[in-house]
Amino acid sequence: MSVLVFVEIKDKLTKAVQEAITYGKSLGKVTLLTYGEVSESLLLETGLFGVENILICRSLKERSEQLLSKLIVKAVKDYNCEYIVLSQDQTGKAVGPRVAANLEAGHISGAISFPEKTDEFTVKTNVFSGKAIAFVTVHTPIKVISILPNSVTPMENKTAATITEFNQDLGDARIKVKEIKALGDGIPLPEAELVVSAGRGLKGPENWGIVEDLASSLGATTACSRPVADIGWRPHHEHVGQTGVAIRPNLYIAAGISGAIQHLAGVNGSKVIVVINTDPEAPFFKAADYGIIGDAFDVLPRLTSAINNFKSSQ
Amino acid sequence: MKILVCISKVPDTTSKINFVDNNSKFDENGVQYIVNPYDEWYALVRALELVESQGGSVTTITVGSSSDDPTIRKALAIGANDAVRVNADPTDPFFVAKQISNYAANEKYDVVMTGKETIDYNGSQIGSMISELLDVPFVSLATKLDVDGTTATLERDVQAGLEVVEVDFPFVLSASKGMAEQRIPNMRGIMAARTKPLKVIDEIEQKALTSVIKFELPNPKTGCKYVDPENMDELVELLHNESKVI
Repeated sequence: MSVLVFVEIKDKLTKAVQEAITYGKSLGKVTLLTYGEVSESLLLETGLFGVENILICRSLKERSEQLLSKLIVKAVKDYNCEYIVLSQDQTGKAVGPRVAANLEAGHISGAISFPEKTDEFTVKTNVFSGKAIAFVTVHTPIKVISILPNSVTPMENKTAATITEFNQDLGDARIKVKEIKALGDGIPLPEAELVVSAGRGLKGPENWGIVEDLASSLGATTACSRPVADIGWRPHHEHVGQTGVAIRPNLYIAAGISGAIQHLAGVNGSKVIVVINTDPEAPFFKAADYGIIGDAFDVLPRLTSAINNFKSSQ
Repeated sequence: MKILVCISKVPDTTSKINFVDNNSKFDENGVQYIVNPYDEWYALVRALELVESQGGSVTTITVGSSSDDPTIRKALAIGANDAVRVNADPTDPFFVAKQISNYAANEKYDVVMTGKETIDYNGSQIGSMISELLDVPFVSLATKLDVDGTTATLERDVQAGLEVVEVDFPFVLSASKGMAEQRIPNMRGIMAARTKPLKVIDEIEQKALTSVIKFELPNPKTGCKYVDPENMDELVELLHNESKVI
């Protein structure tokens, strides 16, 4: 089986990239497709996860969904690929369905596991905002699979990879990028394995130091609830929940968040949830693995020092 | 400006999610349907604001049965000029995209809008597929939209942060939080919606490329283990040895 894995690579192989390659490798022989300015050594590193052939389109620099889709379709046809694997991030969400529509191929949006062992190709996805799981079957010979970040564990599978220049005439981008307002250098929320989040219980933006301290001790990414983003205490990209970012980290620590159903919809894929709240009736405790009934202003610094002690004893 | 907004009905956010027929079908018993929030609050309302300030019309399109009509009337009550319903069962995303793009191609819309996803299937696929079928640019996860003549300036969420992009008509966008504020229909809107045109058209033939064969509910949490707020060493111990996440 020939598999095309499409990824975006900047300055390192992110976990999302490793996951996509690992997924592709489970389906067959992996050809990797990427674009832009990527160093040769970084490209070759993908061989560690089982990539055999690396296609790089250096002529394409800007992110245009339309051109990226054309590029992917060209590679699928040139290399007779049966599977196309992408990460379900902002780019994947825009490009995956486009590629599928072009090829009239069935698309799995947000796969959370490897294919089921059934006759027809079937994969699990999250539906109803994480409140249920659907088993989606693809009926077409070509299959496009977009995988949710943090759904599979990257596995090393060392292969000697070769690089092929894959410059294509894709026509003009009909979208002009005028400006990019970049976020910080931290791990993007959807890819983070550890997340520390806080809500209105923190009483004001000036109190976020204790949240950031805990996050930096853990090596976690910070997040927040909707009201906190809406009143401007924290930037919007930190907002997790139904209308914000949906995440599925290994550990989600929530302080001063009551756990409204809309918030849960964005975090219920987390493996372990720790809830810190003064109100023992807070609905979030029902979704938690560990609960601490207490004041975030006392508990967070105490947890930070406990983490620091633990780390120094390792 | 001629805008087409794709509208879908979804179970209310607080609905209990259950399945029937051997876990193959969503249990609609007692479920209240609403207009998908991303379609309504962000896409439809922004479309109406633009047309109110610059002139034009807003049409909604839905692929569904007559059970979708109450939510379509809600969209008309909020202010859409007219509505189209493709009379079909919206099970496969490509099938749905094909129906909408087929209608849109004949009507020459300047902008086709969808919500960033529906809150039931969370697929985030229709907008992207429509753009491919119409061969026009797609601006995904847009949080802001302004129009000057036949050129639109948008902000959209990207991996690295936020991108400001410029695109000429026609194009497709998916709307995310920030595009507009929710609008509550007033009595006059609700009355007017009753007589606004709702055209029902037949589906065009298209095989489903995918199907959902069954559903499953996630394993329920086994219950919350409470830890003494004075004893955070215990929590660290549990996170390390019991759940092995640190």
